[in-house]
Amino acid sequence: MKKAIIGRKVGMTQIFDEAGKVIPVSVVLAGPCTVIQKKTADKEGYEAIQVGFEDAREKLINKPLKGHFAKANIAPKKFLKEFRLEDGADYNVGDVIKADVFEVGEKVDVSGVSKGKGYQGTIKRWNTHRGPMSHGSKYHRASGSKGSADAARTFKNKKMPGRMGFENVTVQNLEIVRADAEKNIILIRGGIPGPKKGIVVIKNTVKAR
Amino acid sequence: MDIIGEIESEQLKKDVPVFEIGDTVRVHVKIKEGARERIQVFEGTVIKRQNGGLRETFTVRRLSYGVGVEKTFPVHSPVVEKIEVTRKGKTRRAKLYYLRDRVGKSAKVKEKINK
Repeated sequence: MKKAIIGRKVGMTQIFDEAGKVIPVSVVLAGPCTVIQKKTADKEGYEAIQVGFEDAREKLINKPLKGHFAKANIAPKKFLKEFRLEDGADYNVGDVIKADVFEVGEKVDVSGVSKGKGYQGTIKRWNTHRGPMSHGSKYHRASGSKGSADAARTFKNKKMPGRMGFENVTVQNLEIVRADAEKNIILIRGGIPGPKKGIVVIKNTVKAR
Repeated sequence: MDIIGEIESEQLKKDVPVFEIGDTVRVHVKIKEGARERIQVFEGTVIKRQNGGLRETFTVRRLSYGVGVEKTFPVHSPVVEKIEVTRKGKTRRAKLYYLRDRVGKSAKVKEKINK
């Protein structure tokens, strides 16, 4: 990973490009993220930086975390995340990562927690087919066979109904359409995981060369 | 702090003329051919306007060599250079889909004459 930033999803809209084509974009309020701690191979066994995003009220921070922020001499943050960056050594405690770490046209991966869908059947959750709704059929949306009688058990990972959504999802290889450090806004082509106001992490894509 | 509203409003055109369903309009469209850019005019009747704000589109219908042609343009697209209203139409519908099934004189929209 070369660079990463924490942001809050604002929603989606569209913009016109120079050719007049409509580009669907997700709007993210990204950064500013402050480096809170530097982890080193000597002390923690690996290289990483810990960054904080969005100021938190003093009241909501417990004592151990307060000490952690006091050590870095930085106002308490709501969200802390660790990034194992290749050039993590270049960052110092107190450095601010802003939206302009990414350039227009760069490809990124966006991670977030997807919208919760509740308890769903196999058709919605696993895209299985449904049975005929008429012609005497009584097999409509049921999940069907759970396995053979011979096995005398249901195998692991059998596609069954259950809670859907609210899990970590990464969408890969999305294009940065606009990055504005002044307004802390990043526009990303296409959809990104999670609800509006959801926390997302934008990082270099693992796909593109 | 309406961020999306801000992004959208800065793309809105301020000089969109007032035109309604049934009006005859001349739409000046920028067309890129390689490096060259030229303007093509598409003239016809506005048969619908859809959505609002930045996403607003309108559809223009015309008869070209006896074949009905419909084109839909986003109102705020930079490709649409200019919209000229040449004739006001009198309509009782918001969508003039019935024009598609008609030929000849009945496929015309009456002109609106302001008193």
